[in-house]
Amino acid sequence: MLFTVLLGLITSSLIVPFGRFVKTKWGIILAFIPLLLFLYYLQYIPLISWDKSYVQHIDWIPSLGVNFDLRLDGLSLLFSLLITGIGTCIFFYAKSYLKNDPYIDRFFGYLCLFMSAMLGLVLSDNIFLLFTFWELTSISSFFLIGFNNDHAVSRKSALTALSVTGLGGFFLLAGLVLMGNIAQTYSISELAEKAQLIQDHELFPYILGLVILGAMTKSAQFPFHFWLPGAMKAPTPVSAYLHSATMVKAGIYLLARFFPILGSNPAWTYSLMIIGGITMLYGAFHSLFRTDMKGVLAYSTISALGILVFLLGIGTEDAIIAVAVFIVVHALYKATLFLITGIIDHATHTRDLSVLQGLRKVLLPVAIAGFLAALSSAGVPLTLGFIGKDLIYEATLHSEQHVAIYLTVAAVITNILLVSAGFMAGIKPFMGTLPEKFEKINMPAKSLWIPPLILALLGVLFGCFPHIIGDWIAQPTVNSIMKVKTDFHLQIWHGFNLVLLLSALTIILGTILYFINKPNPRKLQWIERLNFIAPLTIFQKAYQRIYNFSTSYSNYFHNGYLRSYLLKIIIFAEVLLAYQLYLGGPLHINWDLLSAISVYEVVTVLIVFGAVALTLSTASRLTAVVATSVIGYGICLLFVFYSAPDLAMTQFTIDTLTVVLFVLVLFKLPPFLNLAKKRILIRDVVVAIVFGMILSMVAIRVLHVPTHIAISEFYGKNAYLLAKGRNVVNVLLVDFRGFDTMFEIIVLSIAALGVYSLLKLRLKSSEKE
Amino acid sequence: MKSTILQTASRYLLPILLLFSFFLLLRGHYFPGGGFVGGLVASIAFVLHSFAHGTNETMKILRYKPLSLIPIGLGISAFSMFMPAIFGLPVMTGLWLEHPIPVIGMIGTALLFDIGIYLVVIGVVLTILFTISLSSD
Amino acid sequence: MELLLILLIGVLYATGIYLILRRSMVKLLLGIMLLGNGTNMLIFLLGNITKGKPPIISDGLKVFQDIYADPIPQALILTAIVISFGLTSFAIVLLKRVYALINTDDLDNLNTPEDEDI
Repeated sequence: MLFTVLLGLITSSLIVPFGRFVKTKWGIILAFIPLLLFLYYLQYIPLISWDKSYVQHIDWIPSLGVNFDLRLDGLSLLFSLLITGIGTCIFFYAKSYLKNDPYIDRFFGYLCLFMSAMLGLVLSDNIFLLFTFWELTSISSFFLIGFNNDHAVSRKSALTALSVTGLGGFFLLAGLVLMGNIAQTYSISELAEKAQLIQDHELFPYILGLVILGAMTKSAQFPFHFWLPGAMKAPTPVSAYLHSATMVKAGIYLLARFFPILGSNPAWTYSLMIIGGITMLYGAFHSLFRTDMKGVLAYSTISALGILVFLLGIGTEDAIIAVAVFIVVHALYKATLFLITGIIDHATHTRDLSVLQGLRKVLLPVAIAGFLAALSSAGVPLTLGFIGKDLIYEATLHSEQHVAIYLTVAAVITNILLVSAGFMAGIKPFMGTLPEKFEKINMPAKSLWIPPLILALLGVLFGCFPHIIGDWIAQPTVNSIMKVKTDFHLQIWHGFNLVLLLSALTIILGTILYFINKPNPRKLQWIERLNFIAPLTIFQKAYQRIYNFSTSYSNYFHNGYLRSYLLKIIIFAEVLLAYQLYLGGPLHINWDLLSAISVYEVVTVLIVFGAVALTLSTASRLTAVVATSVIGYGICLLFVFYSAPDLAMTQFTIDTLTVVLFVLVLFKLPPFLNLAKKRILIRDVVVAIVFGMILSMVAIRVLHVPTHIAISEFYGKNAYLLAKGRNVVNVLLVDFRGFDTMFEIIVLSIAALGVYSLLKLRLKSSEKE
Repeated sequence: MKSTILQTASRYLLPILLLFSFFLLLRGHYFPGGGFVGGLVASIAFVLHSFAHGTNETMKILRYKPLSLIPIGLGISAFSMFMPAIFGLPVMTGLWLEHPIPVIGMIGTALLFDIGIYLVVIGVVLTILFTISLSSD
Repeated sequence: MELLLILLIGVLYATGIYLILRRSMVKLLLGIMLLGNGTNMLIFLLGNITKGKPPIISDGLKVFQDIYADPIPQALILTAIVISFGLTSFAIVLLKRVYALINTDDLDNLNTPEDEDI
């Protein structure tokens, strides 16, 4: 199993050196990667059917409980097959679709990365691994949405998608960590065994909320749905693959995976039913007003995701069966519809439904695919969609008595709207008379129209033989979600009952709606008038506010003037230190501890003060430098008085050398100019004096704190005994703390090299001139 | 700054100061001094000479670029650090010859380390000063 | 005597702060040097200053018999002095290069108009 995750990652990194190869016609080889993986996972179908899972354990950071654990059960298998199966179609399709794109190599790199991330996500059995792959899907999705990075809109949409899903990732991580800490395990299968412990914990509502928030952002649930229509800026294969069939279903996967741990309680049921219910109605309703084919598909996808969340919320066995089947149904017909949208877009250079018509005459196989997909989405008998819709109604009708009627009504309304949306995208462009301007359209390459046709035909095939999906795919999935063995068989014909009636009603009303509701830009304008309360607008406004705030904030603090930065830092330090001093109570001086004053010390300090005054007042640089060095010599004398001969010698030589340095460089410079205004001067003087005073007070306070002399005593005692030296300072430098000294001379060497290269650089550039 | 007095004086001062710096280096373990101070005094000796005779003259006395002293010094210090490892002791263990040598006193890795510092300091100071003075000509 | 040193530390810090708030790069540099000196004195003061007792073990003895000046602040300051020379020399050379480029040591002339919305 590990290789299936690594294959895509390795491929995507190999694209860097072998990118040119992808651009040739041999690049089609890449499409065999998902095909290979698809075949690999197909062989697991008979093996996994009976509630059996395959585990692969690899230690990663075992001490932290982070392991590379992979686990293949029914649910993972369903998603793995979808990812690789749809992936195969998408890879073949994309090779033709982006044939002339100069960055097709990059595209396939991202796509392989995404596929690996997605496989890793559904196979992970460790919550940290799951989270890592979860984020990786967000990142690869970001790159793919922003693939046309020369369009500002693409970049913005990509950023919106990343920030929404990234935010969700944070919530998810918090929820997962809380869960892991309560259960004392980070393995998902072990968490499932401790479900009761987690559900009884007082933090359970937070865990549930955080995980649901993570799933909501990823699966575009209201009010986080707005990134998905924006994500349609990606090339169409990406929209088909990521934003309808696989990635957006990661949230669904997450909820299904954690259903045994967090599910089956009122909080779970009601929050998901409400979120899913609102989303499915909202998305379906909005799809009516779109004229862009991709817009219709985007909103109907949101609606379908809402249905899945809604069903997971209901959480009965019927509902979970419906989830398992509807995931397949939706993936098949929605990918088909996206792919034909891409073909139409390529052929006619428009996706406007009010313009497109009659294309069946020039794009017949595409029209067949679109037609079949639309029928499946409408739930016409003998398509898989019919089975899916029946199961949904079955689930809502058999849910708790007092809500069943409302749930059923919501589901029926949503489906009626979705029937219309599916017809709009799958049938509308092909019906009617062919406009003159479209007459010269040629059939596209086979690799463009065959994948959607296959997917659409599969929808019909599974619709005629539903037990293929039911027994082999849905049953293990349901088993692994419910954690109990269930036995059910999908059938085409259930006899005349309420479900069939509802199904018929849905199709009839949906078809009528399709004929009444003509795509029209005016309707789009009407719905756009409501934009001011749309979540997208709120998000954008919040974004703009934060942006403006941080701009003005950094403009205030980062104004480009060094002294202004310094001033702020110094004043901040002053406030902190003053507060600390204030906390320490009044200062007092213990005169007994102080040593006596002698005349030569006073004279030295006075000389230093004089030099300080000269440094401040002089207009000549040279005088200032010499005065500074006098300060240094004064301090050197103080070192002599206070038993530090090494320091005195070092200070003296360094001071001398510094003067020499300054003189070498500075004697050419003009005298100081008095540039500051009087007000600023006074301000600086006040700040400086306050700082000096605070530091003095700190020093007084420190003076009365008894120093730790244990370390000094150790060095004093052992300098000769251990290091055979009498000069303790030198012993410290070359023996006890030799490592520090080693690094010190390295730093000095770097400084010398810096000086050397700075000046040599200048000589060379002046030579050129 | 061509002054006959300075030129004559520096000609005699250079060896004396160098000798003094070496003296500071060797006795650093017992009395005030050591690699840093020794190195600084030696650099001052050369700087004084360059003031009197010009940097190019001083470079001639040195023969090699002062920059090359830096890797040599770093190498010696690092070698003294890792030498104990050859004998299977932890890095930076002090190793000493058993008997003191006349004039110099005890010899050990600490002295070797100090010699490395001495050379690095000379190399650094002279590199900086000579690069600057040569580039401003 | 300690009070005198404390006064000195305060003056050195105040002067250093005042100088680094100037526009001139040379003054900035001098300010940094003064701050360095002030800090050295502060560290020195923390180690209980002692007169006439350097931390050197007398001949013939193996351990100190008398009180002695704290060697740790001394070792720290010695390191600081040498490092500050490296810093000063690098800063001076930077200053020299900047001066060669813009022909002034006014820090404000280093600012280039920033591009909007980077």
